Amino acid sequence: MAETVLSTHRLSRSFGPFKAVDGVSLEIARGTITGLIGPNGAGKSTFFNLLTGALAPDAGTVTLAGQDITGLPPSRLFELGMGRTFQIPRPFARMSVLENVMLAPTGQVGETVWGPFLSRKQMRDQERQIRDKAMEVLEFVTLGALADHPAGKISGGQMKLLELARVLMGDPALILLDEPAAGVNPVLTETLIGKIEELNRQGTTFVIIEHDMDLVMRHCDPIIALSEGRIVFQGSADEAMTDAGLLDAYLGTPLHA
Amino acid sequence: MIGTISYLVFFATTASILAIAVLGLNLQWGNTGLFNGGVVAFFGAGAYGTLILGGTPQDGHLGGYGLFYPLALLGGMAAAGVMAWIVGLLTLRLRHDYLAIATFGVAVAFENLMRNAEWLAGGAKGVRGFERPLRDALGDGFLYNIAFFITVLIILITVYLFLERLVASPFGRLLRAIREDEEAASSLGKSPSRIRLTAFITGSVILGLAGGLYGTFYAFVSPQDVLPTLTFQIWAMLIVGGAGNNRGAIFGAFLIWGAWTASGWALSRFAPVEAQLYTGSMQFVLIGVVIVGMLMWRPQGLLPERLVVSQRGSKE
Repeated sequence: MAETVLSTHRLSRSFGPFKAVDGVSLEIARGTITGLIGPNGAGKSTFFNLLTGALAPDAGTVTLAGQDITGLPPSRLFELGMGRTFQIPRPFARMSVLENVMLAPTGQVGETVWGPFLSRKQMRDQERQIRDKAMEVLEFVTLGALADHPAGKISGGQMKLLELARVLMGDPALILLDEPAAGVNPVLTETLIGKIEELNRQGTTFVIIEHDMDLVMRHCDPIIALSEGRIVFQGSADEAMTDAGLLDAYLGTPLHA
Repeated sequence: MIGTISYLVFFATTASILAIAVLGLNLQWGNTGLFNGGVVAFFGAGAYGTLILGGTPQDGHLGGYGLFYPLALLGGMAAAGVMAWIVGLLTLRLRHDYLAIATFGVAVAFENLMRNAEWLAGGAKGVRGFERPLRDALGDGFLYNIAFFITVLIILITVYLFLERLVASPFGRLLRAIREDEEAASSLGKSPSRIRLTAFITGSVILGLAGGLYGTFYAFVSPQDVLPTLTFQIWAMLIVGGAGNNRGAIFGAFLIWGAWTASGWALSRFAPVEAQLYTGSMQFVLIGVVIVGMLMWRPQGLLPERLVVSQRGSKE
């Protein structure tokens, strides 16, 4: 049994009478690419927000590498090695692509009012290291040539790659991707998936919410399906193809689709 | 001739003091996206603080601590900073329009407090009994004004250099990220509330510094000096000059103060006698038109913010 990097225990969140996430318990094994699927309104995004600290659960716990992280703010989770991207990209639009990436590392001495004056040398050395690493990461995600472009002026797909680059600066053990392929042209999607698999081979664990079934079936294992806030399927892609409950969840609730 | 030079020195001193204030607002709005609608309260806290701490003893109101002038000025800055800290803690969660309304309210409350609390700062009569530093040595004339102008100019340059280095540092990067997208910054391990508070206090201390110099220049401050008018003027300077660009902030201060002074002079000279009563209002209309025009046709200001690119610094 592989080591568990992230787990939830009876995680729940309601909005008024509506139970968006209803007692979800799961375990994400280190080194996997887990696909999180489900029809619209199934609770995927809420579940994602509970994992990333954007929302607080009503009940249940989230554990990251053995540590209870329930209710911690997103900023702490990044420090603890969990990075995330957004369904609709959130670049720092009026900053250069490089600045977007250089922002990410934590513990920069120049991040205080006095740092740039009292720790100049240390700050400069750090800046040089961060810049070099940022350029490396940008080259890795194929955005090296765009380093000096305003981040708000690159394409939607490039923004998704930029978000991945920002997250990579924190050397996270776990990366949560919210619909990485949505609105991205097929070529960039292939680039992105290629990078994800390369990082995965190097040991990074991924959880991906995705609507593109073909992509999920080809690249994710295991696959977890949510419907009406509960887990309705958990297993490999092959099992998912033939699972009656999963088909039912998608086809049985056409109003949500 | 000496009259013209004397006037120019007077103009440049006032414009430089206002430029320092605009730089403070630029840190808050231009760099961090904090809509401070109560600029004048922090400016006023600096002015009142400096004069109360540095003035001679007075009957009937606080003051007369006769502090060594630089200490009094630092005290005025601290007063503005403490006020920003309290206001910041209370309004930290507010964004944009709500923060603007809350801070505007703070400024109105500040003005009313100063107008009514005679025990504090002389009420409507203002703070009296402040002697300008080094007056004995330099007198009250042209020499003093030149010396004061040079001092203000040096302070303006210092503040400019301080801010330039600050916004080019990782701290500046943080401020811009908070301005652009707090949630994304938070997902990358940053704490927006701490950063917002730091920027708000730092900007307000700079506003307090400008206020302290302003009070020193006139050796007097009263509630008439902390009317919302000044908030409006300082905002106009930043918008016209270019939010996010420190040079733009300084340029805007001189430009708008020049336009304000010139329009006042032109109106008083050329407007019909029966309209003279309204020249003050006319100035507001003119400045308002300039702001609206800028926002419509050149919202980035005359000197727009520059993108920080990788070449900068990498060749150090």
